[in-house]
Amino acid sequence: MNATSVLQHLAAADKSLGEQTKDTSWINILIFVLFVGVTMVVVFRASRNNKTAADYYAAGRSFSGGQNGTAIAGDYLSAASFLGITGAIAINGYDGFLYSIGFLVAWLVALLLVAELLRNTGKFTMADVLSFRLKQRPVRIAAATTTLVVCFFYLLAQMAGAGGLVSLLLGLDNGNKTGQGIVIAVVGVLMIVYVLIGGMKGTTWVQIIKACLLVVGAAIMTVIVLAMNGFNLSTLMDAAVQTSINEGGAGAALLNPGAAYGKAPLDFVSLALALVLGTAALPHVLMRFYTVPTAKEARKSVVWAIWLIGIFYIFTLVLGYGAGALIGKTAILAAPGGVNAAAPLLAFVIGGPILLGFISAVAFATILAVVAGLTITAAASFAHDIYSNVIVKGEPKPEMEVKVARRTVVVIGIVAIAGGILANGQNIAFLVALAFAIAASANLPTILFSLFWKKFTTQGALWSMYGGLASAIILIAFSPVVSGSEKAMIPGASFDWFPLANPGIVSIPLAFFLGWLGTVLDKNTENPQVQAEMEVRSLTGVGAEKAVEH
Amino acid sequence: MGNSAQASPGSPDVDFAQVQESEEFKDLRKSHRSFVFPVALGFLLWYFAYVLLAAYAHDFMSIKVWGSINIGLVMGLLQFVTTFGITTWYVHYANSRMDPKAAKIRTRLESQISAGSATEGV
Repeated sequence: MNATSVLQHLAAADKSLGEQTKDTSWINILIFVLFVGVTMVVVFRASRNNKTAADYYAAGRSFSGGQNGTAIAGDYLSAASFLGITGAIAINGYDGFLYSIGFLVAWLVALLLVAELLRNTGKFTMADVLSFRLKQRPVRIAAATTTLVVCFFYLLAQMAGAGGLVSLLLGLDNGNKTGQGIVIAVVGVLMIVYVLIGGMKGTTWVQIIKACLLVVGAAIMTVIVLAMNGFNLSTLMDAAVQTSINEGGAGAALLNPGAAYGKAPLDFVSLALALVLGTAALPHVLMRFYTVPTAKEARKSVVWAIWLIGIFYIFTLVLGYGAGALIGKTAILAAPGGVNAAAPLLAFVIGGPILLGFISAVAFATILAVVAGLTITAAASFAHDIYSNVIVKGEPKPEMEVKVARRTVVVIGIVAIAGGILANGQNIAFLVALAFAIAASANLPTILFSLFWKKFTTQGALWSMYGGLASAIILIAFSPVVSGSEKAMIPGASFDWFPLANPGIVSIPLAFFLGWLGTVLDKNTENPQVQAEMEVRSLTGVGAEKAVEH
Repeated sequence: MGNSAQASPGSPDVDFAQVQESEEFKDLRKSHRSFVFPVALGFLLWYFAYVLLAAYAHDFMSIKVWGSINIGLVMGLLQFVTTFGITTWYVHYANSRMDPKAAKIRTRLESQISAGSATEGV
């Protein structure tokens, strides 16, 4: 306990923690510039072999399972995971931990039901698999639409989050919207450069480097926090409770469920459903399975991802209670960046400006790596699904598809920068949860039905995808998040007739039901020969896309 | 063929419907489904049991087991343990029970396809 109280006195000495961190923000910038420099070199080197569409979208399918699994962890562990969960545990205790469990268990859906079968039947995008045995044009358009919508909300969340993060990491004031806008633009431009030059190969390396830095950084902090508490989780939790009591907070209730969702348990159940079923239907996660040569490597990728992500979430449990113990709720919420400040402030308290600089740079890198992955997914979906298969009907001129993809990257980058600046200050967790809910409603039923249900038809797929997409978005629009209270997006209005903040518990079962109903009411049947081919391919790997030889 | 999305769509050398009906393939499909469906159902039930307890049974989850560690935390950490466990179990199962069967069918079909395209070339 001594270390705790000494540090608290130090922090309280003359300046608040938030102000102390500002004095050293040049270190954060320096380490971040170093990260950008190193990754740029890697991206340029990786771009040498970017010739064909398979190179650009799927990195020539040349990554190993271990590399791809690390990149998946880098793609998946967004700022919301690292800063958001650590902060949520520091503030709300146990209820913050609940998030990470849903995010992890969800990977079993990907491992058991989706990853390998998808790798064996698809080429570049989710729509490849969904339209395999159904009518190409309508199903592809629907799948590309849901892909773009999910990527858009996810991207918006990351870009908006970048603005808030900056306040803390660069020592800008919370109210400095111009400074935050500039940083959002810098993130957007860097992202465009990475994806434009490096394609999937460059993006993958950025994600691998980031994942390693993130896991190592979190591991170092975890060991320090545990060492300060005699490597005893119970002692650490007692320290967090003590700090909470000292500042008149929740105290022992911090260790029990209920602090965040005590009054809205059904909201939590709905969120839990969206989290566990959304991951295996996130287009940017699915696309990563095409970067490995075989289904077996896709399986290995998920195994690596599960271990890395799981271990990381155990670290965040320690870091969250560590921040609760060493800094306390009041100081965290008072710092620029609010809840998201817990992890960086903890780094400062236990490791001084250097560790803060490292963790801050990692947080930036996290945003960059995630937005790059989202951008290449959205661009591939537009160029491959809409342009090549719908606009020019499967006969694009050579090189044209990649050219279209590159132009799309620039457009998406600009839209993301503008959207990020407009959405700056919005509730990030809500945007991410919405992306998961849309993915679980609009994509997952059709993915599972087309892989496992022989009779599934085009009409079922369209009803399920559009029905899931529309119901998720409509329910969100009429939820308490958008209107009806002072904290809502539109504070003055009130059209909040849907009581839950997350639509998943209604929209996901509805989308499964629509997929079934559309199929049984469909007068047409699909070609059984193509269904047979898809099933045989999905399980055996016959005719699956091979790695590109260079 | 008009569809650039598929690698070798409707390969004329293989009657996929016939392969799908073969005992060999049915056996592979059974190995796959008899593992993934029950296990998926199992971990989803276990996850939702946990979620419902955390949402509605606060008193039960708050019972202390050891020091300040309560049932809620233990069950949460057990979710991690079961996730890691199922992952390892599935990999072991897939490597030993599914991969050899899949490889056998794949090799046979691929030799049919290459033999077919060789004749076409002549």
